[in-house]
Amino acid sequence: MKTYDRRFVFFSVSLISVAAIGYEILLMRLLSIVQWHHFAYMIISLALLGYGASGSFIALGKRLLVPHFALAFSVSALLFSVTMIICFALGQLVPFNALEIVWDPRQLAYLSLMYLVFFVPFFFAASCIGLAFTCLKKHIGRIYFFDLLGAGAGALVVVAALFLLSPQNTLRLLAVFALFASALVGRTLASPARNRFMLTLGSFFIGLWFFLPQNWPDFRISQFKGQSQALQVIDAHVLGQYSNPLGLLTVVESPAIPFRDAPGLSLNTQSEPPAQLAIFTDGDAMSVITRFDGNLSSLAYMDDVTAALPYRLLDKPRVLVLGAGGGTDVLFAVYHGARAIDAVELNPLVTKLVADTHADFAGHLYDDERIDVYTDEARSFVARRAARYDLIHIALLDSFAASGAGVQALSESYLYTVEAIEEFLQHVAPGGMLAITRWLKVPPRDSLKLFATVTEALQREGAADPAQSIVLIRSWNTSTMLVKNGNFSVREIEIIKEFCESNSFDTAFYPSMTASEANRYNVLDQPFLFDGATALSGPGAADFLERYKFKIEPATDDKPYFFHFFKWRTLPEMLSLRKRGGAGLFEWGYLVLVATLIQAILAGAALILFPLWIVKRRWPRGTGTRMGAYFFLLGLAFLFVEMAFIQKFILFLGHPLYSVAVVLSGFLVFAGLGSGYSQTLVRRYRGRRLYLVAYAVTGIVSVALVYLFLLPELFDRLIGQPDAIKIPIALLMIAPLAFCMGMPFPIGLGQVASKAPDFIPWAWGINGYASVVSASLGTLLAIELGFTTVILLALALYVAAAVVVNTGAFFRSPPAGS
Amino acid sequence: MNLYKKIYRNKAAVFILLATVSIGIRADDTPYALDRDAMVAEIEEYARLTGNQAFDQRVMQAMASVQRHEFVPDVQKRFAYENRPLPIGFGQTISQPYIVALMTDLIAPGSDDVVLEIGTGSGYQAAILSPLVKSVYSMEIIEPLAEQAAARLQTLGFDNVTTRLGDGYYGWAEHAPFDAIVVTAAASHVPPSLVRQLRRGGRMVIPVGGRFLTQQLLLIEKTETGEVKTRQVIPVRFVPLTGAH
Repeated sequence: MKTYDRRFVFFSVSLISVAAIGYEILLMRLLSIVQWHHFAYMIISLALLGYGASGSFIALGKRLLVPHFALAFSVSALLFSVTMIICFALGQLVPFNALEIVWDPRQLAYLSLMYLVFFVPFFFAASCIGLAFTCLKKHIGRIYFFDLLGAGAGALVVVAALFLLSPQNTLRLLAVFALFASALVGRTLASPARNRFMLTLGSFFIGLWFFLPQNWPDFRISQFKGQSQALQVIDAHVLGQYSNPLGLLTVVESPAIPFRDAPGLSLNTQSEPPAQLAIFTDGDAMSVITRFDGNLSSLAYMDDVTAALPYRLLDKPRVLVLGAGGGTDVLFAVYHGARAIDAVELNPLVTKLVADTHADFAGHLYDDERIDVYTDEARSFVARRAARYDLIHIALLDSFAASGAGVQALSESYLYTVEAIEEFLQHVAPGGMLAITRWLKVPPRDSLKLFATVTEALQREGAADPAQSIVLIRSWNTSTMLVKNGNFSVREIEIIKEFCESNSFDTAFYPSMTASEANRYNVLDQPFLFDGATALSGPGAADFLERYKFKIEPATDDKPYFFHFFKWRTLPEMLSLRKRGGAGLFEWGYLVLVATLIQAILAGAALILFPLWIVKRRWPRGTGTRMGAYFFLLGLAFLFVEMAFIQKFILFLGHPLYSVAVVLSGFLVFAGLGSGYSQTLVRRYRGRRLYLVAYAVTGIVSVALVYLFLLPELFDRLIGQPDAIKIPIALLMIAPLAFCMGMPFPIGLGQVASKAPDFIPWAWGINGYASVVSASLGTLLAIELGFTTVILLALALYVAAAVVVNTGAFFRSPPAGS
Repeated sequence: MNLYKKIYRNKAAVFILLATVSIGIRADDTPYALDRDAMVAEIEEYARLTGNQAFDQRVMQAMASVQRHEFVPDVQKRFAYENRPLPIGFGQTISQPYIVALMTDLIAPGSDDVVLEIGTGSGYQAAILSPLVKSVYSMEIIEPLAEQAAARLQTLGFDNVTTRLGDGYYGWAEHAPFDAIVVTAAASHVPPSLVRQLRRGGRMVIPVGGRFLTQQLLLIEKTETGEVKTRQVIPVRFVPLTGAH
């Protein structure tokens, strides 16, 4: 290392790691904007594939690369910088249309193409790190430290940058990080090459920073997302665009053909909604700001929607609106004479649009002294609140098209879980109500799942007969459920029936309802909702849940996939009905995840395992399979835990992006520290690596089992704290588990290094391959089985890994030289 | 498995029959004629399997005569007679032929009917309605689509179809009331004006769901007394409970 200044290499490694993890998180944001958020899991798998494939690549090209470390490192860093931007632009050119996946097999090929395009930058980033490890073997510990430091910082840098910069400029900033890393190592090249290289870097930097248009690469938002469709309408235009880590907001005005969003409006109505402005988050999820001139009569349509029902039963209620969005649901409460309204909205930029930017259009709604607006996550707000409300109103936040197309199948929603409903009900005053309006699918899915979830929550809260507290009505496209703190009275039931009759809404369930009262106005083939709700509130509920062809079991905090209705056993029937009008039965979001898993299995085998197989066909005799199994099990188990924690911490941290950033950086840093500490232990207890693995696995199992019991309670107690406190708490919670999880891999690798050094690339490759597969598989299993089961499965894999080494001769014999 | 075999055997038989007939008597047709006949045979077979009584023969004749390939972009022409929705640009789709046939069948078009269509799109649905009714009035809110569809319908000779660029929310009052109204994509609610412009005894049909995945068809019927009722039709025979029939 005479010719390099090691400090520069260490610093460069840090910069590359900042940019790599930053890019990983940013790419999740960018793909959420142009496509849908399903790709979050694909990105984690992609990043790991990049790291795995580069390991194989370095193992193959070692002889050529090692003597030219500086050149190889700087060129890789430069290519990382360039491809970070180019590949995002190229990836958008792939004509992938996720909505067509059930019709067109080419979409699977396009998805794979996207996967390969986005893999490239991660490959180059990982090559930099891998080269540093390979060429500076004596300093592996310090490189590892700087790598983890960078990775940990990268997650925080990108979230902070997204508050200050547009997504495109954040991308550019990360590219500059990689460029600096390239320059730092490139300056050690021999003179003529160095000058040429520096000139190239300088030109790229100048081009990147000064000549590239500010908004390049453009977002080519899927033409089938709500925003793209709205902007096709004559004279529709963007009034403003705003960005933060929670979303890219686009305000659209359509003067010629105004937005008129009024879900569940009666066919009998003579009123229509006033003009509205649309706010799209990440190109979809439309929320509206309704024009209000102070004249309540312009809002008369608000009497004729299913969501108006609770206001017929409550006089001047004190209302909590969860999910204020563009303020229309707050206006709804004002129209119906609420005496006080607390409105909760997660994204402060959305609140600002109503309170400030478009305050004139919204009639200065938020200046009304009855209204208090809070920027907070719904569960966190309610947990912190001591007050009780006459009405808690959960706004219909998702779009009709998204709901209909199964877009949200993979969305964790902690708003519609048994625990959430329990929490909300505890904040409903006696005689008050929780009101939830959902889009109605036919055959029903959301509405029945909500019914099952609410019933379970009421049972847990000690209700003797939950059915006495639930009312469900429906229009042709919405259902509104009321859950009362107490039993519905005969008088209230009369009012509900009158309300439904005057609007031609159907009663779908109320205490003592008979079959003849169902399915009268909006006639379904069968009274699905009444039959379902009746079955779910009776002794045959378990049988009904089992026999129903969609998954409508209650959503819980352990399995918060409210929008996931897919059952594998229904797939053959759905496939056979696809062309016969049955396409609406599919959830494409779930199918994308399955496709992602399949391509991870194939791409990982092709890019990680196959190159190694070509060169090093022979494994160490006798122990090779056992060693391979050890590293495979570790790879699967580590990512299972990490993926489950990312999803679990969304509840605590309030947003998927925060959860990914905090959990990823937490696991990277503390697993790294654990890995470092394991080397100290190995030196201290030479020849007893087997016991160290057993100790580490015991630590993992113990900590994880304690967490399985404690985390819900801890979340419950701490969820109301501000983010500045919750983030360090989350990191502290992750620390002991990640620390232990960082140990088994390097202990095993050390043994391999001393006894069968040729197996090292295989150990890395197999572990990397398992991680790539595990990122998607972990999510799939979490959806099907719940987080607890995934974590228990991961623990079983860790134990299996310990057993594998325990029963083999490989770890029993001391390493050479001990 | 047996059901599958049966469908495909029947489909193949119908296909061969139609192909033979086509070769014999349709010398002037386009190269797509065989594909179109196969598509129609598939729709009829599916309709039968769905358990609905067969679609009105007039509707099926319209499906067999309208050249769907003329209504899709060039890159999609080779898929024009596959029984699936296709993208036509501007974030819009041409509906799945099976759904078009079902929607048309549901409004029970009569030869003296005046029909309003909200959302011209490619013009395919209007073209299917054209030979079945007296006149079709079709509105579109996306300017390039409206222009393309108007030109296409005129070129292909669908003379009883009148198109207009404009806000379908308020219907087309000059030609109201309508015997039937076809709305090609559901919004958050059914515009009150459209309900008002539906003639007593008339029917309105709206597909509900995503662009590529139709979940249900909303059929709105205005009785002779002016009462409005809706029927929510699942376009497929699907019983959501196992063991239930």
